[in-house]
Amino acid sequence: MILFPSKPSIVACSAVAGPVESKSVFYSYFDSVSEDERWGQKTNEQGHSKMIQEACDIVMKKADLKNLDVDFFLSGDLVNQMTPTNFAARELAISFIGLFSACATSVSSVIIASLLTEVGASRFAIAGAASQHNAIERQFRYPLDYGAQKPATAQWTVTAAGYALIGKHDPKLPSVVAATVGKVVDYGEVSPFHMGGAMAPAAYDTITSHLKKRHQKITDYDLIMTGDLGKIGLKILKAMFAQTDATQEELEVFRDAGAEYYGEDEAFQSGASGAGCSASVYFSYIEQQMKTGRYKRVLLVATGALLSPMSFQQGETIPCTAHAIEITME
Amino acid sequence: MDPQEYQQIEQQNTPPTPYLKNCLKAFLVGGIICAIGQAITFLYMIFFDFTDKTAGNATVATMVFIAMILTGLGLYRKLGAFAGAGSAVPVTGFGNAVVSAAIEGKTEGWVLGVGGNMFKLAGSVILFGVGSAFFIALIKLILVSMGVVEW
Repeated sequence: MILFPSKPSIVACSAVAGPVESKSVFYSYFDSVSEDERWGQKTNEQGHSKMIQEACDIVMKKADLKNLDVDFFLSGDLVNQMTPTNFAARELAISFIGLFSACATSVSSVIIASLLTEVGASRFAIAGAASQHNAIERQFRYPLDYGAQKPATAQWTVTAAGYALIGKHDPKLPSVVAATVGKVVDYGEVSPFHMGGAMAPAAYDTITSHLKKRHQKITDYDLIMTGDLGKIGLKILKAMFAQTDATQEELEVFRDAGAEYYGEDEAFQSGASGAGCSASVYFSYIEQQMKTGRYKRVLLVATGALLSPMSFQQGETIPCTAHAIEITME
Repeated sequence: MDPQEYQQIEQQNTPPTPYLKNCLKAFLVGGIICAIGQAITFLYMIFFDFTDKTAGNATVATMVFIAMILTGLGLYRKLGAFAGAGSAVPVTGFGNAVVSAAIEGKTEGWVLGVGGNMFKLAGSVILFGVGSAFFIALIKLILVSMGVVEW
């Protein structure tokens, strides 16, 4: 566990999403929703990059900053070698570290940004993650137009980007007070169509470790929100806590961004996933709810499955991780 | 919590795959696709100069062409999500696998993109299809030459 005594603040946030995400229950919290999933570019990957740029431009504009004022850009995506993020960083011209924690990058990037702020190396840092459905599906699964039947546990990769601008402490803003960097946990799940089942143990491990080291109970938090376990994964996580004698009241503290993303629409099966899933919910809805005072203290636990299509074909199980940040509002 | 204990919790909270429902849907859609194929075969035999043996190739080409159009319109994907094996096993599923991979490769150019990716999914179907057809033909050849069956 890491403590941040200087409490770096989330100065501003931005969330940008694609056309399918207009069906999201979080739609009204997004800053911009594109009608074109390629953002007017020739390829899905270029569109992915453009979406990241747009989200970063919005977050800088909200804080009235220029690229030169930002010290670090910390971000990642799921495409091989993270080219969409790398290419966005080329346009942004901000000191950049690409981070890969799969769908947990939204939080791992904020942890590093907070550390850089804590040690005084950064005045402002942009942290976050993104995913573009078409580019990711193509890489991890089948071609988009291939007619395949997916099980009920399957999740839909979102087209969305979420970014937070991390700066020095401001008592009027949500602030990062502590974080837990997750271990890599593998309970032997092999199906890439059951990410929730693969990632739930990682979320459980990180949450229990964070609570223990912080000497806190579940109910000390207004909300513990996991990233993209989906409906089934969230159910599994709650069952794990129920097994260790968590009460109903405690279980109600848990929510999952992916499970709620598309509401009850069955076309999305178990819910949403992707690096942009937790990022676009944490850095829009959650931030706004904290600013209005609905939540005073939240634990955001982004979950990531660290597999590749090749590792799956070679019969490897799916190692997963979860990173957590504790955010408070005074 | 040990992995065995976890797997129990995971299983209890994961909805079972509805095999019977999936089989019925596959049977229904697969049957309809094959019935359409049969109808096309009859049309070729009635209106053109085809016999029941020669109409096969023309029918396959027609079915693949229809699958290609449906794939391009994004409809075969929806059919596949509903029917599963019902739309994947008939030759239209083969057409869908080829065309969907080709569409996806378009952004990498005609040669490396479309050409290089087209048979990414269907390649193994061709390999094992041709391979098994060879062995079946070999078995039949042996049986015919032994006088057990006729061509």
